Amino acid sequence: MTSCPKSDMAPASSSRRAFLNAATVLGAGLIIAPGVTLHGVSKANAAASSKVRWGLLVDANKCTTDCTACVSACNTEHGLGGHGRPATDAQWIRKVELRDRGTGHTKSLPVMCQHCDEPPCVDVCPTGASFKRKDGIVLVDKHTCIGCRYCMMACPYKARSFVHEATKDQKPHSPRGKGTVESCTFCVHRIDAGKQTACVEACHKDGKGAMTFGDINDPNSDISRQLAKHGGARIRGDLGLDPGVRYQGLGG
Amino acid sequence: MKTLFSILAVIVLVSGTAWAESRVPFPKIPKGQGDESVHDGVDIRVDHMKFLLHQRDETMYKGIRTKNEQIEACVSCHAVKDTAGHAVSYEDPKHFCRTCHDYTAVKVDCFECHSSKPDPEFAVGGTSQ
Repeated sequence: MTSCPKSDMAPASSSRRAFLNAATVLGAGLIIAPGVTLHGVSKANAAASSKVRWGLLVDANKCTTDCTACVSACNTEHGLGGHGRPATDAQWIRKVELRDRGTGHTKSLPVMCQHCDEPPCVDVCPTGASFKRKDGIVLVDKHTCIGCRYCMMACPYKARSFVHEATKDQKPHSPRGKGTVESCTFCVHRIDAGKQTACVEACHKDGKGAMTFGDINDPNSDISRQLAKHGGARIRGDLGLDPGVRYQGLGG
Repeated sequence: MKTLFSILAVIVLVSGTAWAESRVPFPKIPKGQGDESVHDGVDIRVDHMKFLLHQRDETMYKGIRTKNEQIEACVSCHAVKDTAGHAVSYEDPKHFCRTCHDYTAVKVDCFECHSSKPDPEFAVGGTSQ
């Protein structure tokens, strides 16, 4: 099961997946020599582990309308230079304004790929290009993407962009090209190197410190502690997609 | 048939200096940085796509970023500089990948998405041409 990367992309119910994971761990425990666990092997190879689930917490009480530090950092990190055509230019993070019609109170918050546990973009992709990594990061394999944009239609968060024009001078860690769909990668190249995402780094450095990134499966991580203490809402939680991005202060 | 000719051309290319002095024009392949190549010279000409494809899936799906076999490693260690001292991109015929690919008339799609210039993270220079 672990030898084929695409096996993780097969749609499976949560209970079936849990059973398969348990069976894999059990099987590995039986087969691998004493003292060598599956966990140890995967760590040596530095492969993404399903024990981790990366998440992002946004505190809308701290985020302000005038601050776009996260958007700029994302554009710089991934070389998302626009063509001055906002309708079609790639956009991995966008700032959204929420206004209460009754009170006139406004909130500002960044919205990006929500890295769902049950991603609809993965369900609809006809080529298997849209997939979820073991650690919960939803990505597009541009080698297999045919640019049909079905995933863009399926995403309830409007998180994905299509690259309409030929790209030039791409960042070495962030390949992007014409005719493929792309979206927030949770700065996967940084995560694999043990670093924070570019938006979170910028939010703390130049912004309002409204974003926290971390492992939501680890009860001792900063993000888990904050979620345990103050809670966090999922946008369109009613859809049951269980996004990895959570928000605080959306109400009122 | 075309593929067979390409393979023959590569085999001829590999078989030493005696051939290089013949009247058949051969591409001038720029030397890479560092002491030794990641793989044996013969293997890499025939199998470089196998290495790249394997590493592609390892990186994409599992997040395993073994530096030696990343495409960034190829373009960084084999970077060619222009007269002004800047590393050239794939648009320049002097680019390392193009020297052979132009010769064998095999189109490269990699650089429609990937950067063809050296990655500063690999911290190597380039050969001046």
